[in-house]
Amino acid sequence: MENLVNIFVRSIFIDNMIFAYFLGMCSYLAVSKTVKTSFGLGIAVVFVLLITVPVNYLLDNWVLKPGALRWLLGEEAAGIDLSFLSFIIFIAVIAAMVQLVEMVVEKFTPALYNQLGIFLPLIAVNCAIMGASLFMQERNYAHVGEATVFGLGSGIGWMLAIVGIAAIREKLAYSDIPVPLRGIGISFIITGLMGIAFMSFLGINI
Amino acid sequence: MSEKESLFSAKNRQLLLGPLSKDNPVLVQILGICSALAVTAKLEPAIVMALSVTAVTAFSNVILSLLRNTIPTRIRIIVQLVVVAALVIVVDQILKAFSYEISKQLSVFVGLIITNCIIMGRIEAFALANKPWPSLLDGIGNGLGYGLILVIVAFFRELLGSGTLFGFQVIPQVLYDWGYQNNGLMILPPMALILVGIIIWVHRARNKDLIEK
Repeated sequence: MENLVNIFVRSIFIDNMIFAYFLGMCSYLAVSKTVKTSFGLGIAVVFVLLITVPVNYLLDNWVLKPGALRWLLGEEAAGIDLSFLSFIIFIAVIAAMVQLVEMVVEKFTPALYNQLGIFLPLIAVNCAIMGASLFMQERNYAHVGEATVFGLGSGIGWMLAIVGIAAIREKLAYSDIPVPLRGIGISFIITGLMGIAFMSFLGINI
Repeated sequence: MSEKESLFSAKNRQLLLGPLSKDNPVLVQILGICSALAVTAKLEPAIVMALSVTAVTAFSNVILSLLRNTIPTRIRIIVQLVVVAALVIVVDQILKAFSYEISKQLSVFVGLIITNCIIMGRIEAFALANKPWPSLLDGIGNGLGYGLILVIVAFFRELLGSGTLFGFQVIPQVLYDWGYQNNGLMILPPMALILVGIIIWVHRARNKDLIEK
């Protein structure tokens, strides 16, 4: 249990997808103009991460890893290593899941669907989603619970970052910034400063 | 493009060279920042990453440009992802076979080339509407434009952060004896963002027409 809390806190604050790994920067910069839309996108990312990371974890452990097919084919499967296929399988799962989430949301909560609008399909190519699956594979989590918590935490960390920058950018409209730096340039620098602030969480271990 | 047009006509040269500055994918189109910055603490991985992305962009542009008339629009995203993912697997296996150390350093970022917005962006915006040869040039140009930024950022981060270039000491020991210190902040992730911000600043100050309102 402690371990789960630790993974959760780490993935939000220390291994933050944006400030530590720059993942999902494209939509982060493109959508962070108002707090409302960035919150919507944040929720969608949390949702998709929460589903895709555990699904990919199960696929990785039961199908792709060396010898993972033993439960199906018996002992002769010990030498089968499908891990080179993981990129293609992960991206297929992500694309399919995004499609599925889109359909479910559209069917059951049309209000939310209208709010998220174009952001949902865009999530398929958000690097944060693919990145979380690849980090999950690299870090060898012990069971599917840990992977789920990691997915949830990364999503919340990403949402925190995008809502934060959106709030700052709304205020920034009133600031006197050097002309060539306006827009994207200052967003980069502010993200960097936020990253430095987030580094004060380094070393927290629960 | 007409059949008679030469392979390196002015228009095609523009496809290749435009993305290096005026039309730079990172600075102007704001694509592909995702998997880029984390690999720029040192020059060597940055260059390997730049080459990998250039190769994948070029080949995926050519392949999808060849397929462009046969893909139904509704499923094109999936087709694109599969082609790109297959190319990235090839790159990953090559890196693992020939430079295992660098492949370890790049870790997940090789896989993240799949979701690099430059690749999907150029396929959507260019390859699906153009013939293979211009698509190839466009892919190479954008890959190199991206690589250029990676190399600039990595140059400053390695020089100021570790005092080395490609792992060789370039700041003389004398300076350290006089009290010069490496700037440890440069190695940390946030400085990559701030450096890109500054590069955008310089770039826009020189190209006034790119300035946002």
